[in-house]
Amino acid sequence: MENAQLINQHRDPLSIAESWMKEGRHVALATVVETWGSAPRPVGSHLVIDADGNFHGSVSGGCVEGTVVSEAADVIASSKPRMLEFGVADETAWQVGLSCGGRIKVYVEPLG
Amino acid sequence: MDQLVLERLNRERRQRRAVVLVTDLGDGGNRLVCSGDIVADHVLGEAIETAVRTGRSGVVEAVGRKYFLNVHVPAPRLVVIGAVHISQALAPIAKVAGYDVEIIDPRTAFATPDRFPGVPLHAEWPEDVVKTQPLDAFTAVAALTHDPKIDDFPLMAALDAGCFYIGALGSTKTHARRVERLRTLGASSDQVRRIHAPIGLDIGAASPAEIAVAVLAQVIKALRSRGCDGEREKAA
Repeated sequence: MENAQLINQHRDPLSIAESWMKEGRHVALATVVETWGSAPRPVGSHLVIDADGNFHGSVSGGCVEGTVVSEAADVIASSKPRMLEFGVADETAWQVGLSCGGRIKVYVEPLG
Repeated sequence: MDQLVLERLNRERRQRRAVVLVTDLGDGGNRLVCSGDIVADHVLGEAIETAVRTGRSGVVEAVGRKYFLNVHVPAPRLVVIGAVHISQALAPIAKVAGYDVEIIDPRTAFATPDRFPGVPLHAEWPEDVVKTQPLDAFTAVAALTHDPKIDDFPLMAALDAGCFYIGALGSTKTHARRVERLRTLGASSDQVRRIHAPIGLDIGAASPAEIAVAVLAQVIKALRSRGCDGEREKAA
């Protein structure tokens, strides 16, 4: 729960992002910006990723985080944001899609 | 996102202030709009205002550009006045529902950690607690002592702070007398209408635990219909 003194600094992705940046790590922030149908995490949810592939938070129920983490590496390397879209568009999408049948757009941006 | 923007965002969130992070999805530029600066003097003004009022983040289009508005509003807090039997049920269920709960009761015999394990407890007068931990628009207040000496002050403070939910225990008759007292203290008639009394959704609750469920349900309803101008209130 986020609250005045009670934002859990150890679990809150934005607090983690800030402390990682202060440690000099290269960091990307992924944010759910749009959802259609049943989506596991609401718009505004964050996943924070560093250049070594460490991550905190979530943008789905765990279905697409792997892909987001690897895309984040490119975002960090290029310093350019990108938009990712996940859904159950076809059979292959199951591998990185949402089994719940929803569709989400995730914006991944470099920090710093 | 710039480190300074992120630091400022986190600082505002820790201070329980509502902020909106505006990201231009075209060029990736971010800027932070704090509740103080929310004014209609730029193209996104209205969208930002709506986002804060409803607490909903989303993509908006303005003058051919796409922006993502990420709203950060503080977690809902429930301040319970009265370390009474109902509160013993209300505190744990509200916690499960995701609320930060605290209990205020100056009567030290009631406000004991034994009766409220793991719940932040203030065995002090509400006047003194509110001084250091002010109420705000993201706080719900449930006054459960039905003792005017204890309940009236925090009810007035809740009205003045624009708490998203204000409820008071007591019959219609008790409440009518309470309204008279609050009016004498300077509350407007519009203000006193904001108080839910008798407290709780009408589910025929009888036991203290059932009343706690009715109160929490009413708090949730107030939170989730916030910014809908009472439409859902009427429809439900």
